[in-house]
Amino acid sequence: MRIATPGRIDVAFSGSIAGFSRDTQFSVPAKGVTAIFGPPGCGKTTLARCIAGLEPLPNGFCAIDGEVWQDRTTFRPPHLRPIGYVFQEPSLFPHLSVRRNLLYGAPKPKPTPIAFDEVVELLEIAPLLDRSPSHLSGGERQRVAMGRALLSQPRLLVMDEPLGALDRCARREILPFIERLPEKLALPMIYIGHDMAEIEHFADYLVMMERGVVTAAGPLQVLQRDPALPLAASREAAVSLDAVVSGYDGRYGLLILRLKGARLLVPAPPFAPGVHQRLRIGASDVSVAREAPRAGSMINVFPARIRACLPLGAAEITLVLALGTGGSGTEILARITRFSFDSLGLKDGMDVFAQLKHVSLLSASEPPLQIVTTSRPAADPGQASAAA
Amino acid sequence: MDGFSPEIWESLELTVELASLTTVILLVLGTPLAWWIARSKSLWAEAVATIIALPLVLPPTVIGFYLLALLGPNGPGGLLASLWGGATLAFTFTGLVVGSVLSALPLMVQPIRNAFAAMGDRPLEVAATLRASPLYAFFTVALPVARTGVLTGAMLGFAHAIGTFGIVLMIGGNIPGRTKVLSAYLFDYVQASRWREASWLAGAMVMFAFAVILTLTLIDKYSGRRSR
Repeated sequence: MRIATPGRIDVAFSGSIAGFSRDTQFSVPAKGVTAIFGPPGCGKTTLARCIAGLEPLPNGFCAIDGEVWQDRTTFRPPHLRPIGYVFQEPSLFPHLSVRRNLLYGAPKPKPTPIAFDEVVELLEIAPLLDRSPSHLSGGERQRVAMGRALLSQPRLLVMDEPLGALDRCARREILPFIERLPEKLALPMIYIGHDMAEIEHFADYLVMMERGVVTAAGPLQVLQRDPALPLAASREAAVSLDAVVSGYDGRYGLLILRLKGARLLVPAPPFAPGVHQRLRIGASDVSVAREAPRAGSMINVFPARIRACLPLGAAEITLVLALGTGGSGTEILARITRFSFDSLGLKDGMDVFAQLKHVSLLSASEPPLQIVTTSRPAADPGQASAAA
Repeated sequence: MDGFSPEIWESLELTVELASLTTVILLVLGTPLAWWIARSKSLWAEAVATIIALPLVLPPTVIGFYLLALLGPNGPGGLLASLWGGATLAFTFTGLVVGSVLSALPLMVQPIRNAFAAMGDRPLEVAATLRASPLYAFFTVALPVARTGVLTGAMLGFAHAIGTFGIVLMIGGNIPGRTKVLSAYLFDYVQASRWREASWLAGAMVMFAFAVILTLTLIDKYSGRRSR
């Protein structure tokens, strides 16, 4: 597979570094956000460092959008790879002001695709420009580090657990900025993380790692519900879906969202029709019925077909459900007890009804209409929820 | 200060010239050396660091003895001197500079090496991911970040060169106006029982040493507060 393909990120590093053997080979599209996901210590950071050329590994292969950075005969040193790299610790240069930190890697001829003013506005760092890095908070430093990486005009942005060194509060401050980047910039990104609760907000593709080995790579939604992978079988199993806003019911304050095979109603502020909205549907928030419930409080009930059944411990079962009559639509997960599974007589391939108790809105590609005028995004744009 | 004879002023000029030249050479030579020792993982770096550190432990007379052999008419120094018509580097100002550089080198290299080591790889990795070539990163990141260490090293080197005596005794030859530095005059005054001049000179050098050490401490304290 060691071929440079235009439009793709092709990576293969194998061998051992410091006695730790690895086999990391994957190919994902060179657009959107690719999350490299795995438990701490599984070699994610080393993989990112290999991509940047910071960890020279012989016999490695790395090509971004058809451009070979490293193969058997070539090794571009880090400073000749058009990469933006955000380290876990912001690592700002202590002897330079914020402004000069931002401009350190910026090419001198002025007109650049990623402009200084644009980055400063996007990351809201204008008030910090003339300060010294020692007078910034952890979250502010990481924002400056992100801006500095972007202004070096990279063809690939790598973020190595940029939230890892921050406290809970600063994480919540930074997350919206990370969500915003892929929408504002046509720049492929690799995000290293071990927390699915962060990754599901913005990742398009997922590369899963375990003990130095890439175990799976593909679109996030597909891997999340793949019965063969540990994500679907985990207790926090959920699917992240990108739905399109198709309307708003002002009388009841319900946002109407379209998915393949379903039309969701979610209590939320209004968004413009056509906006893409990321949803999270947790397996534990979905229940299953053999017949359409005639009277009930749940508003999101859809016909669905059981695609797979995965035992979860002794008492529970995770079902993969395809929404829509005949199971032609989006797949989601449902977690039910083995008792219900047996007493309802459920089996693989059966047509049932999926009842969605709770749908989380993770992010929108544009700020909600009602707060556009105040020009500041909501403090916490995620986690609007729908209850029964 | 009126007690000083013209010869002392001449010697002061010579001493400052020696110390300044030593410091410049040390900066040019010692900084890359400290960089290499701090970053190289090879055993050679430690071996070189040990050789550099030897003057700290050996009596100056031992260094002086070897320098005499190296710089004398029969050594490589003599050969070198013959290029411009000289016979020897011993008992010359050039020889004094060589000796002074060698004996001050460990004092210079150690703080700079420590500063580079304390900095770690990260700032340079960041610079590399921002398209900075290794050389550009050295001048724009490594040196400024390690500036306290460089400054400390330079001041220690300068101060040591001002006060150097043992090596001067061995390879200087006590030629007034050419190799007779302040410390050598002090020795002579004491030998000749000229106590008044000796005490003036000794007192002045104590004041100088006090000023240098105080300045270093203040720089350290000030820059420490800034980087925190």
